[in-house]
Formats: sequence, C-alpha cells, structure tokens
Amino acid sequence: MAFWNDRRTRGYLYQIAALGGVVLVGGILVSNTLDNLARQNIATGFGFLDREAGFGISEHLVDYSPADTYLRALCIGLLNTFRISAAGIVLCSLIGIVVGFARLAPNILVARLASVYVEITRNIPVLLQLFFWYAVVIQAFPPPAAAWEPITGVFLSNRGIAIPWPGLGAPVFEGFNFRGGAVLSPELSALLIGLSIYTSGFVAETVRGGILSVPKGQLEAARAVGLTRFQVLRFVTMPLALRAIVPPTTNQYLNLTKNSALAVAIGYPDFVSVANTTINQTGQAIEGVALIMAAYLTISLVISALMNWFNRHVALVGERS
Amino acid sequence: MNRNVLMWVAVVVVSAIGGALIQGMMEPKSTPAPNAQKSDAPKSAAAPAAPAAPGASTSATLEAVKARGNLSCGVNTGLAGFGIADSQGKWTGFDVDICRAVAAAVLGDAEKVKFTPLTTQQRFTALQSKEIDILSRNTTWTLARDTSLGLNFAAITFYDGQGFMVKKASNVTNAKSLNGATVCVQPGTTTELNLADYFRSNNMKFQPVVIESLQELTGAFVAGRCDAMTTDVSGLVSIRATQAQPNDYLVLPETISKEPLGPVVRHGDDQWFDIVKWTVFAMIEAEEKGVTSANVDQMKSSDDPAIKRLLGVTAGNGEALGLKEDWAYSIIKHVGNYGESYDRNITKQLGLGRRINALWLEGGLIYGPPVR
Repeated sequence: MAFWNDRRTRGYLYQIAALGGVVLVGGILVSNTLDNLARQNIATGFGFLDREAGFGISEHLVDYSPADTYLRALCIGLLNTFRISAAGIVLCSLIGIVVGFARLAPNILVARLASVYVEITRNIPVLLQLFFWYAVVIQAFPPPAAAWEPITGVFLSNRGIAIPWPGLGAPVFEGFNFRGGAVLSPELSALLIGLSIYTSGFVAETVRGGILSVPKGQLEAARAVGLTRFQVLRFVTMPLALRAIVPPTTNQYLNLTKNSALAVAIGYPDFVSVANTTINQTGQAIEGVALIMAAYLTISLVISALMNWFNRHVALVGERS
Repeated sequence: MNRNVLMWVAVVVVSAIGGALIQGMMEPKSTPAPNAQKSDAPKSAAAPAAPAAPGASTSATLEAVKARGNLSCGVNTGLAGFGIADSQGKWTGFDVDICRAVAAAVLGDAEKVKFTPLTTQQRFTALQSKEIDILSRNTTWTLARDTSLGLNFAAITFYDGQGFMVKKASNVTNAKSLNGATVCVQPGTTTELNLADYFRSNNMKFQPVVIESLQELTGAFVAGRCDAMTTDVSGLVSIRATQAQPNDYLVLPETISKEPLGPVVRHGDDQWFDIVKWTVFAMIEAEEKGVTSANVDQMKSSDDPAIKRLLGVTAGNGEALGLKEDWAYSIIKHVGNYGESYDRNITKQLGLGRRINALWLEGGLIYGPPVR
C-alpha cells in the first residue's frame, strides 16, 4: 500500500498542511505590518522598554519613580491589576454567597431585598457604576484638612482612607495630604466597590442556582438520618452545590479581571492605564496593545487553571460521598 | 473516496492561497521605489514616468483631498477657543481655523472640512492611518513625535506653556509651594512628563491622578480630589472660563514648559507638508501687511509688491505650491489673517491676550518666512 493511502499518514499530512497555512498567514501579517510601519517611518520593536518612563504613577506596591524604565512602570501597572483583581474576587465572592443564600431565605423581606439587589447590580452597566461610586467617594467625604477621624489614627477624606500600618507609622496630615500609614485611595476604593458589587449580582445567582440544583431527596435523606441544619449544609448541600457553582463562577472571576481595565476611566493606574500612557509617549501602539493582550491572556489562563484545579478537587469530594 | 478527493482539494486550495500570499508579500519588496505608499500605487502608475514638472500635483494627500472634495481634519473633542462644536454641530476655534484655512487654500471653500474629534490617545494613530489629512489639535512639537511617530510638524501657530490651576481657597499662590500635592493630569501628553520633570527637578513630591476624559478629570479637580490641575495654560484658562464660578480658581504664574503647538501632517508627503506650512505663514504675512478678511478685495489693487505676491496678483506662489494663484486670497477672504483668528477665538473666548503670540514686529514670537 502506498503511503498516501494510509489513513494515519494522510491525517498527519493534512495536519501539517493546515499548520503550515496558519503559520504562513501569521507570518505574512507580521511581515506586512512591519513593512508598512517601516515605510511610514514609525519605530518598531520592544527597545523602548529599557528607556526612562518619565511619568509618575500614584499607586505602587513596590518602589517606583519617574526615573525608572517603562518596563518597571508596566510591572507596577500589572501588580495594580493583580491587586484589584484579587481583592475584587474575594469581595464579590463573599457578597455573592451572602446574597445568594439570602435569595433563598424563608424570610420574604430578606429574599425580596436580595432579589432587588441582584436585579439592580446586574442590570446597570459596570462603567456607570464605577462613575457613580467614584463620584460618591470624592464628593461625599470632606477635604483632607477637615478629615473625619472615627477611630484615633484613622482618617476618612476625599483622598481616601488613611490608617496606621506596621512599618509605615501613623498617618499625619501635612501640607496637602496624609504622610505615613497605609492609604486606600478613592480610585481603588471606587473600583473595588464597583467591580465587586456588579459581579456579586451574577455570583449570587450562580450560588442560588447551585443550591437549588441539589436534589430534594438528598436533603430529606440527610434530615432523616438526624443531621442538624448546619450539618446538612456543610456535608450535603455545599459539596453538591459547589460542583454546579464553580464553573460559572470562574467566568465571573474572569469577567471581573477583564472589567478591571475600566480603571482607566476613574484614574486607577492599572496595567491598561500605564500601557496606554506608554503607547502615547513612545507611539508604539502595536507593541503596547500586544503587551496588554498578552498580560490579560496570561492572567485569565492562570485564573482558569486555578479554578479548574479547584473544580476537580470539589468534584472528587462530591463523588466520594 | 469522496472524502479523499475533498481532502486533496483542501490541500491544493491551501497551498494555492499560500502561494498567492507569498507572491503578494514579495511583490512590494521587489518594486524599485520602496518609499512609494501603497495606496497611491495606481495613481503613481498612471503618472508619466518622467519627473513631474514643478508645481504639478504629485502629492497623494492633495490628490485625495481634491478627489474627495473635502479636507479631513483631526481636532480636539472640545476645548473652548481651540476646537469645539456648538449645539448646531458647527466647529469653531483657533485650531479649527487652520483646518478651514487649508481647505480654503486647496479647495477654495473654507466650509469643505470634515472634522474628526480625537482624544490625546487617538490623534497620532488617526493621522498615521490616513483617517485624517491634517491634525490640528493643540499638539506639542517634540523631537520624539517628529521622528519616531512618522510625522511632520508644519509650523508653530501658538506658543503655549504648561501651568497649574488651584482653588483660590487653598491659598496657594505659586507652584513651588505645591510639594506633596495631588495633581490632576490627562494621560498620553507631554504634560504628564513635564509634571514629573518639574517636581523631580525641584525635589518635590506629588501624587498624580490620571484620568483620560477631560470632563471627568475636571470634575475630580472641582470636587477636591486634587489640589492642583495641570495642562497648557491656554487649556487651563479655557477650563476656568467654563466653570460656574471662574473666580474661585487661580492659574498660577509659573510656566513650567515650552509647548509649541501647531498642525501636523504625515512624514513623506513633502508637497502637502509645504501647503500646510505656507497656509500658516500666509496668515501671518497677511497680518503683518494689514490684509484682513474685510479689506482683502481692496488690497488686491495695492501697490505693495509683497501684497501683490501674497494675493496672487503677481503669479508664481500658487504654481510653486501646486495650488491656484488665489490660494492665499481665499484663506484671508474666508478665514482671515492670523490676528483675526486669534482675536475671534482666543482673546474673545478665553480673555487671553497676544503676549508672546504677538507678531515679531510687536515684540512677540510670531514670525513667518517671506511669502515669495
């Protein structure tokens, strides 16, 4: 039999041909783009990453000054994106679980309030919610010179919440702003509140759906063997419900992370904000956008991987019981 | 059997497409003139092979504008005095007048302009990708923009500088006392860099609040999120003028940077570059010679040889630029001279006098090369 009549060999050949086609098209796109950019005298390449950034960034988890490079500035932005995503995921889960349970509460008032909450948060565009919370945060609080001090050493003003922090000392008002201590800025607060509340509406519905998906017989059987309400919840409802809850919740976590790019609208220096500034200072839009896409793709894949691992974990527990 | 045939057909099609693409990729590289722009290939192919006679149109942008019948001009999304649309959608402003002047010079009609409002972040890409023919949007001329963005700055129409605005209630009266302040700034501008430079060179600290939309940013400043707001002084004056209580705000006396603003064109189209450049210079020359939109018709019979050349009574300038001889007449008739545009837009709208933007004859920096 000639090799081209062999099903397997032919299969490989087709695969190679298809792969070749994809690589070819990709190569042509890249080469054409570079060609056109060179023809228009527009600089290309990632050499700009080593140059001095020259602009300030208000929030940085590690040291940063305008004398640092673009690479460091972008890392600062990436860390800020991590920070808002991680905090948002935790907060939206907590609110979502509470509201999800509340929607199933026997108390009608609680259940109705929870469903009103879900409908409002899910159905208003997240960008509007962010503008709303930012306006609330900067309009409702007094200027720093007249900051509220609910607890000694803790100051609330339109510059954020300043609290004493080990190693950083206690905040002191000096000149224009508070010095020392840890500060939760209005931008970060508004973004955290806005994203968490918006996403918590979806998470609550997922939680409610997951709990309702547990067969009634299981619960009745659990009661019949004498488990308390808490024990039913802990050993029967949750393990079974989690299997239905985790996969759609992963989507919500990914959405929250991607929505955090809206930070640019209210001045939180996330990765997109820093990358945008970089694009503008260097004029290298294609490289900048490629970096943004690569960063979000990486973050999303990491979150997916973690959630899939967690999903396998709960699925096994569920099947063993 | 049918499946096998299909598979082979697929392979052949893929290789055919691949082959065609490779050829397509090789083709532009093998053409003798690598600087020819792709989009004007058919036109240059149709043009005679001999070098074009001086004055004959070889500018791709000029050809495109003439064929389209209007000029596509990138302007500010809304900055009083420079580029702003009224409730009827009519654009006015100093930068807008430059667009109208170029349209008057090229098409003989100052109204044949399509305005594209652009943010600081969109403006260069829009010009590079040929979405607009000219960018006239209070853009600062810097070395990096002139070189690595593939752009050319045609002329300086307005000498600006970056400043700070504070609330009067804060009792701040000079920029040196802003140490530790929170400063509201727009991203993607030289402003952001000058701000960092200024505080660094004076060993002062600051916290930037960076918001793209000027309206949102101004809102944050007015709400007290920032102690100071920074942008070009003309911009600050413009923002101050549109507040409910302009007197609550103070523009600090320091100017921390040089911001020469002017129209921008794409690199590589020299004739178009010349047209935009000389449009600005013609407006300046007209002011110098006292030619205004009101008296331009009488001035046509002037005995001054410079005015005769400017208005095309003595022919030559138009042909050299590849335009009609009445190009400058058309600019002055429909838009006015430099001073008229300045007074109409900046003095009247913003209350900002000529200062360094006065003519060189009056001690300012506005100086145009001779139009001859």
